[in-house]
Amino acid sequence: MPRPRGSARRLLARLGGIAASVVLVLCGAATLAFIAFRIIPGDPVEVMLGPQAQVSDAVKAGIRSDLGLDRPLLEQYGAFLGQLVRGDLGESYQLRLPVVEVIGRQLGSTLQLTGAALAVALVLALASVLLGRGRTARTVLAGIELVVLSSPVFWTGLVLLSVFSFQLGWFPVSGARDPAAIVLPAVTLALPVAALLAQVLRDGVEAAEREPFLTTVRARGATPLRESVHHTLRHASVGGLTLAAYLVGSLLGGAVLVETVFARPGIGRVTLAAISDRDLPVITGVILFSALVFVVVNTVVDLVVPVLDPRLRRAPSAIGRRAAVPA
Amino acid sequence: MTAPGRGGAGLTPPTARPHRPGRAVPPRRRRITGRAVALSLAAAVLAVLAVAAIAPGLLATHDPLLTDVRGALKPPSSAHWFGTDQSGRDVYSRVVHGAGRSIGIGLLATGLALVVGLIAGSASAVAPRPVDAAAMRVVDVLLAFPEFLVALLVVAVLGPGPANVAVAVTIAAVPVYIRLARAQTRALAAAEHVEAARIIGIPRPLVHLRHVLPGVLGAVSVLATIGIGTSILAAAGLSFLGLGPTEPTPEWGLMLSAGRNLLLQAPWVALFPGLAITATVVSVSVVGRVLRARAEERGA
Repeated sequence: MPRPRGSARRLLARLGGIAASVVLVLCGAATLAFIAFRIIPGDPVEVMLGPQAQVSDAVKAGIRSDLGLDRPLLEQYGAFLGQLVRGDLGESYQLRLPVVEVIGRQLGSTLQLTGAALAVALVLALASVLLGRGRTARTVLAGIELVVLSSPVFWTGLVLLSVFSFQLGWFPVSGARDPAAIVLPAVTLALPVAALLAQVLRDGVEAAEREPFLTTVRARGATPLRESVHHTLRHASVGGLTLAAYLVGSLLGGAVLVETVFARPGIGRVTLAAISDRDLPVITGVILFSALVFVVVNTVVDLVVPVLDPRLRRAPSAIGRRAAVPA
Repeated sequence: MTAPGRGGAGLTPPTARPHRPGRAVPPRRRRITGRAVALSLAAAVLAVLAVAAIAPGLLATHDPLLTDVRGALKPPSSAHWFGTDQSGRDVYSRVVHGAGRSIGIGLLATGLALVVGLIAGSASAVAPRPVDAAAMRVVDVLLAFPEFLVALLVVAVLGPGPANVAVAVTIAAVPVYIRLARAQTRALAAAEHVEAARIIGIPRPLVHLRHVLPGVLGAVSVLATIGIGTSILAAAGLSFLGLGPTEPTPEWGLMLSAGRNLLLQAPWVALFPGLAITATVVSVSVVGRVLRARAEERGA
């Protein structure tokens, strides 16, 4: 299909805009982390060595100059950003490994968990919205959602673990080797996300049902399935998608708790260890990782939403598309 | 009504109020009786919790710190209603004594967030446009993150400890109040009674204090009722991770974390503190939603 020339330029401009916002958010997060660690009390070298360390002042001064902590702040900041640009997040104080490696090694496990949880959450939320028709069902589901959202995720995890692993013995207690071991953590992590998503989708579906376009759809003789999949649910999914960053954030934050409950390896473990050891480079890495996830999710959402909602497609591109169709 | 994000802006009618995910759903058409039953149940739970928080001695049956090694890990019985933990301490009394700390941190963080949000939000509303715009961009980004994740990252920066947990939960809660206070201030500053007060010559700061601020405070307080639950959850999560208070302090999150390793022998050690958290947060949400529905009915 021949494309009008303007669209390539628009695409480039769009990609440029996306790249700029990615850089901006990451730069902002890095700057915030840098400032925060300079504001909080405590000498990084003391923190690094721990309270019990018996180290002479000369050695401390040596470490300080190795880390560049004796140089002016602005110079430190410049060096820090320079390292980031090269993809170097520094070295973990405790593990003596590059931060990128520390996080990268554990990333797979967390991604598995959050990916599985996202799938479970989507299935649960869609089932609840599609099957929960009628007033009574909706009231009951709304009640369940309230309780699920109000229960701490680490407690639901412990209850599931107690019932299904210890009492019934259906699932392994912990570990990441056995594929069945991911079921309980994923369900635990998915529950609150599913409840929130179901609330949002149901509100969206109800709003769509009040719209005049649905009368038209019904008048055209659409089946109930087509009506919900192609019209009301699609309408509602725009609302769900704008929450995507929030939902992914819930999965990440929840993953820290769920990994602790089920003794799974992952980013959560890394984060917790870094917090208790005051391993500042790793903490900075985790903050930057969260910012990166946020930017990526939002960018994807921005690209997907116009596909779902024709009203958000830009007028010029619609004209361009029409012009491309041979008359 | 969902939060209209950047992409969805303009799809929702202009009367739609900003809706914070995870906090509440808009009130649905429901029979009055159902709502009343839920409300009175929630109020009863909150009343008991208030007594536990203020005067735990009235409800507790044992000393929450008293250890009894021979009576450790006993299942619930008439002597120990919720059983005993690994040191033989009475779980029921520990849950009762934990109420003050666990709920207190939620109340404290919400109160602080409300005050900070009120000041920052109304300041942003009257600030020069570039300042206002920049502040709102930051608030937008923070709002896109769940409270727990923000609180966790703040604790990561500040370091563990009960005081830092309180600060972190407060910082995590603030953005939504800033946003609401700003919107309310702008709306009220343009209201007729405020304009009338200005026209008859009352100095601006006084008008703001007497006619704008009370209205903003009302709207923000309703939101705060619902926010208490979220803050309690976030704080309990942080102390479950071992970042808040330390043993032997009776605190619900911490008790759950101790119960994690006793799940096989003594599931009750983890069960009851978790139930207490859930009951508290559900009750707070129910009361908050009813208050919000009433405020909206009055406003409509």
